[in-house]
Amino acid sequence: MSGSTIIFYMLAALTLVSGLLAVTTRQIFRAAIFLLFSLIGIAGLFFWMQYDFIAAVQIVVYVGGITVLIIFSIFLTQQAGDLLPKQKIGRQVFSALAAFCGFALIMLQLYQHTFNTTTEQPVEPSVANIGNQMLGVGENGFALPFEVVSILLLAALIGCIVIALRSKPATA
Amino acid sequence: MPNTILIALIPLLPLAAFLLLGLYGKKYFKNFSGIIGTTVLLLSAAFALYTAYGYFFEYGKIDGIYQKLVPLQFTWLQFSPGLSIDMGIILDPISVMMLVVVTFISLMVHFYSLAYMKGDERFPVYYAFLGLFTFSMLGLVMASNIFQLYIFWELVGVSSFLLIGYHYDRPSAVAACKKAFIVTRFADLGFLIGILVLSFHANTLDFNTLIQRLTVDGSHELHTAYTSMFLGASALTWGTVLVFIGGAGKSALFPLHIWLPDAMEGPTPVSALIHAATMVVAGVYLVARMFPVFSMSNGAMHVVTFAGIFSALFAAVIACTQTDIKRVLAYSTMSQIGLMMFALGVSGSNLESGSLNYSHLGAGYTASMFHLFTHAIFKALLFLGAGSVIHFIHSNEMKDMGGLRKYLPITHITFLIACLAISGVPPFAGFFSKEEIMLAAWQHNTVLYYITLFTSGLTAFYMFRLYFNIFWSKGVIVHGEHHGEGGFAMMLPLVLLAIGAVAAGFIPFGNFISADGKPLESEFHWQFSIAPVAVGLAGIFTAMWLYKNKSNKPAAIVTSLGGFYKAAYNKFYIDELYLFITKKIIFNLIGRPAAWFDKNIVNGLVNMTGNTTLIISEKIKGFQSGKVQQYAIYFLAGLIGLAVLFIYLWKPG
Amino acid sequence: MMEPGLYHLLFVSTALFFIGVYGFFTRRNLVTMLMSIELILNSVNINFIAFNKYLWPHKMDGLFFSIFVIAIAAAEAAVAIAIIINLYRSHQSIDVERAEEMKF
Repeated sequence: MSGSTIIFYMLAALTLVSGLLAVTTRQIFRAAIFLLFSLIGIAGLFFWMQYDFIAAVQIVVYVGGITVLIIFSIFLTQQAGDLLPKQKIGRQVFSALAAFCGFALIMLQLYQHTFNTTTEQPVEPSVANIGNQMLGVGENGFALPFEVVSILLLAALIGCIVIALRSKPATA
Repeated sequence: MPNTILIALIPLLPLAAFLLLGLYGKKYFKNFSGIIGTTVLLLSAAFALYTAYGYFFEYGKIDGIYQKLVPLQFTWLQFSPGLSIDMGIILDPISVMMLVVVTFISLMVHFYSLAYMKGDERFPVYYAFLGLFTFSMLGLVMASNIFQLYIFWELVGVSSFLLIGYHYDRPSAVAACKKAFIVTRFADLGFLIGILVLSFHANTLDFNTLIQRLTVDGSHELHTAYTSMFLGASALTWGTVLVFIGGAGKSALFPLHIWLPDAMEGPTPVSALIHAATMVVAGVYLVARMFPVFSMSNGAMHVVTFAGIFSALFAAVIACTQTDIKRVLAYSTMSQIGLMMFALGVSGSNLESGSLNYSHLGAGYTASMFHLFTHAIFKALLFLGAGSVIHFIHSNEMKDMGGLRKYLPITHITFLIACLAISGVPPFAGFFSKEEIMLAAWQHNTVLYYITLFTSGLTAFYMFRLYFNIFWSKGVIVHGEHHGEGGFAMMLPLVLLAIGAVAAGFIPFGNFISADGKPLESEFHWQFSIAPVAVGLAGIFTAMWLYKNKSNKPAAIVTSLGGFYKAAYNKFYIDELYLFITKKIIFNLIGRPAAWFDKNIVNGLVNMTGNTTLIISEKIKGFQSGKVQQYAIYFLAGLIGLAVLFIYLWKPG
Repeated sequence: MMEPGLYHLLFVSTALFFIGVYGFFTRRNLVTMLMSIELILNSVNINFIAFNKYLWPHKMDGLFFSIFVIAIAAAEAAVAIAIIINLYRSHQSIDVERAEEMKF
């Protein structure tokens, strides 16, 4: 059993366990922290797969950005120390069952399916390669989706401002 | 050649008058509207006379035959190549004659109404309606296309409806105009179906083409029309009989006559124009227009003959018993129109199918048109005279009248002339035209001839009963002051029409109008006229004996006739029969079940659908909880379900 | 224990996905539901990267897709939080059970 294997299992366990705790704990702040750990675990898995760039992006955007955003919104909307309301037991059981069924279905399909691997020369997912392709306009160039996503981000930015804008009280 | 613009102006001028007076009459021409309408009609009549002169003496006759000219025609609605609704003008002897009759009578009535309707609240409206009616009637007469004729036919119905209901504040007038409209509409349904049947087989709506296709021996259209059978009669017979039903409705033939007596609720000049002289002969005109097609079907000709003669006799009997002078005239009209139809019917019905030879058989056709012409004149005169009497007495009832000859000398003389004319006394107009009808009847069938003769005698009797009751009999109590005969405007039409009633008979009618356009040999046998004249005089003298001086002889006869008189007085209970059929039978047997069906089944089904929807939605609305997570669960459940379905259960092929 | 490969990674991503689904169904607080959605999106990212690494190493499409997913997830989180804050303003609560005006 190599070190790599051990690391994988540890990362997988970290991800899944913290994820599970994130959706089950009744203290919302802890949930956010568990989410943080889960996201770090995922970033670790990316590192483990030697996709350094995406792992870095994962940490920067998720861990540094989104989680902080979520924690802020918790501060804005939640009284400290309150426990999250409990869901009805029936709903919990049903949800667990549905999730399990879906999970079982997909796993069943996965293990019956054989993936074909390629033998072609792998490309090094280095930052230089990624950058060239991301902004390339030739074959395998992703300039257009890049631009589309830019527009989307701009739209989201404006949308957020508009939605969160405090509407003026109606002055008759 | 005909001056197309001039001819087109004949109907368009009254239309213009209608629009002008209808739209602006009340505001700007309150007092001049009558003069405007009359002037316009005068122009129309002048043009019509000019056209008639041109047609009969200049360009109409080619090689001794009067042609069917179509000086104007434009395609209006094209359904397919060869089948279209056109708007056009047809000129042939009967349409030209009708142009003259309609414009002349209408002019007289316009003129007469100047005095008769003076001071009426809705004077401009009255003249607008008269204009509309004249326009529609002229359009009907000129129609070159059967559908165009139908359109104007309905327009005539509408204007008749408007004029009958002119005194709309009187419930009886309202009921009468509704009745007239419904009965004629009902008959027009037959007309429409007839048009469809005929035009389906002839594959055209144009009169000339239709007549040509359905009369030429061995043509494809005629063959199919003969051979398509329905309920034992050929399509040709069905089509013509249905068209005849339309004509019978407008012309008030039995059993669709019930509207005509009630239509006397309209102002009297209107009765003279519409319900005596012009509109009611539209049915006769229609049959005459389609005469070649009718003559191809023995069945249709028989229907025309018997409907005509029966109406003539039936109405004459009723007319003898009525006491309302306008009703007497109405039944008299019905009787005369019956005679015209009868003359048309006997004109060609003894033809062998398919072998058409007019030369010795068109007598009835000419007779019918001749009688139409003379009848229009003297019947208008009778009505206008009656109007004059009513104007004087302010009553329609005979018992309020008597001895009026001293007060209404001109009316008296003209009325007498008209009565003599309608009774067939020589040398007045009715004599000549009736003579020809008798002759046609004689040539056709002896039994029918005697019925005609009897009817003719009855006509003389009831007309003179009317005459003596109005102008002789007891002395009338005239209140201190009376306003005389109504002046120049009312007397001039009477005099003119009286001259017409005297002179019209001398027109050699057969030279101008016949079934095939060739001059008809006038066979005038003085021996033959002895019997009709004798019968007519007998009728007159009977009436004189009974009614000239007030006596109890009529009452004695009434008593001796008993039930028959009562039945005739009540118009043989035809109205009651209609009421019984509609109210008791149709309403109860069809109306009520239909209403029940509608209320319970149709409405019930609709309600059930609604209620079911309501109940189901009440039950399932919980699904729409507004809770996002529930929706997400449904979504996932559906997704899993679909995945299972497509992966495990769905095995295509 | 065997050498971890594609199947192991797919197992992890599937499990994470359904953990997210479970959380989405059972949480009543909008912020925690948002967290569940983040988990779901991340499981997808794992899938993309794993497929890219093990099946199409000669291309980088999966990598780019996960980059785009991350970008879009960031935008989505921002919009979602704006909505949450707005909802909190109008309802004084971010409990989804109480935001049910859109029912029958």
